[in-house]
Amino acid sequence: MSIESFLQTLVYGVFVGGIYGIAAMGLALVFGVLKMLNIAHGELVMLGGYASFWAFSTLGMDPFASLVIVIPALFIVGLALDRTVYRHIVRLLGEEKIKNSLLVSFGLTLVLQNLAQWLFTADERAIQVAYAGEGLNLMGVTMPYTRLGSLLIALLVTLGLNYFLHHTYPGKAILATAEDFEAAELAGINIHRVYMMTFALGAALASIAGTFVTVTYGLSPSIGIIWTLKALIVIVLAGTGSILGAFPAGILLGIVEAVSGAFIGATYREVIGLVIFLLVLILRPQGLFVGKN
Amino acid sequence: MGKFLGINHLNASYGDLQALWGVSLKINEGEIVALIGPNGAGKTTLLRTIAGLHKPTSGTVQLGDTALHALPAYRIVEQGVILVPEGRKLFGSLSVLDNLELGAYTQRARGVRFKTLQHVFELFPLLAERQKQRANTMSGGQQQMLAIGRALMGLPRLLMLDEPSLGLAPMLVQNIFEIIKLMNERGVTIFLVEQNARQALELAHRAYILEQGKVVGTGTGRELLHNNEVRQAYLGFAPTTG
Repeated sequence: MSIESFLQTLVYGVFVGGIYGIAAMGLALVFGVLKMLNIAHGELVMLGGYASFWAFSTLGMDPFASLVIVIPALFIVGLALDRTVYRHIVRLLGEEKIKNSLLVSFGLTLVLQNLAQWLFTADERAIQVAYAGEGLNLMGVTMPYTRLGSLLIALLVTLGLNYFLHHTYPGKAILATAEDFEAAELAGINIHRVYMMTFALGAALASIAGTFVTVTYGLSPSIGIIWTLKALIVIVLAGTGSILGAFPAGILLGIVEAVSGAFIGATYREVIGLVIFLLVLILRPQGLFVGKN
Repeated sequence: MGKFLGINHLNASYGDLQALWGVSLKINEGEIVALIGPNGAGKTTLLRTIAGLHKPTSGTVQLGDTALHALPAYRIVEQGVILVPEGRKLFGSLSVLDNLELGAYTQRARGVRFKTLQHVFELFPLLAERQKQRANTMSGGQQQMLAIGRALMGLPRLLMLDEPSLGLAPMLVQNIFEIIKLMNERGVTIFLVEQNARQALELAHRAYILEQGKVVGTGTGRELLHNNEVRQAYLGFAPTTG
């Protein structure tokens, strides 16, 4: 393999990994704060994808520009899901909570998939922007604008989320609730409000991933589960307590998949990802991007 | 000194297990009131119930005209009733400064937080030096100071402390008790739960004894220090014979 095609593989791994990272950050946020596993996270990615497809096909909006509609739209969907479904689960304790969250969100997966099939049909959709085939060429490595745009926005969103969580009061309230919900209550934080906003934020992050998926790959009502799985692998790599660590972990998974796909064969790409998932669980269960203790 | 906090016939349970049996007590404004009693008597449950972390099955908790038992925990904090919980419950991965700032989360406290922060740093100069340090990398005594500092950031009118001396070296215990006294002199009413009955009774204006979820005795700190039963049960005196 030439250096150029290796670099090309690497760069594509980074591009894909950026999408993994954004999808996983949303799941990690919800998992870290609400302490429940939202299997339907991939369905929120899917709905976000349809929202941007709709903005593109009916309003003629550029998919990246459409994020100004897509993000608030899925944020509202997140609020609604929290109010109707998840707020009942978040009150449960310990094992009850995690079990119920799995069951309910799995049920919601089916509901949302069928809803999408009914609303948008099972046809595969994709967004073809005018600049789809164009891109930068650096030392023989091609970087399509759609991919570059996705990565750049993913990076900005990660930095923005980092700033929000560590430097604003509502953000710190989220971290405090993740750390110890009773201590958060004793500090005067309305934790049920934090749960609601966090879930909505998770849905908004999913919608960004969904938009990138629609631009990069394509969209159908059944894509959700793949993204839930990828996001799960990524948050185990990052460490389940790490929200922002999901982004570098996503990039890492993207690179590993791309490189192993190139060397071993595309068929085994997914397998390598899962093998790494298992290795990390066995050798470093706290995750790769979590410090001591 | 008017009635400030009034607890009337409070019952609380964990599932089928009743932890508080018709507890009634009152705390006047400006007082230091101690609550002593053996392990498992329900002391922590009482504080958690006042703080809104645990819902009573019946009975009332009144702060002036406000029914605290009907409010969620965060609204109780807004009323200035603040608990330093057992085991401190710091935000371990956050910095000392973040912990303190989160203590001033309520609107009431947030506006004046920079001023309050200076007061807390005066009381605990060590916290000022270690602002950037992660809370869970500090020693037990330092963590207790941070826990109290965080509670003070919320501008407490009633500060409740659950076993603040637990696991601390005697000198630190002395230090913590001095700070409690100082806070009280500055106008904060104190409700103190302690295993360390002697020091608690020496410090407190009044005290209650809780056994098996019931109030079984009350008096001024001095009275209880000289009460024979209290001396035997909580102060380590052998029963006097004859």
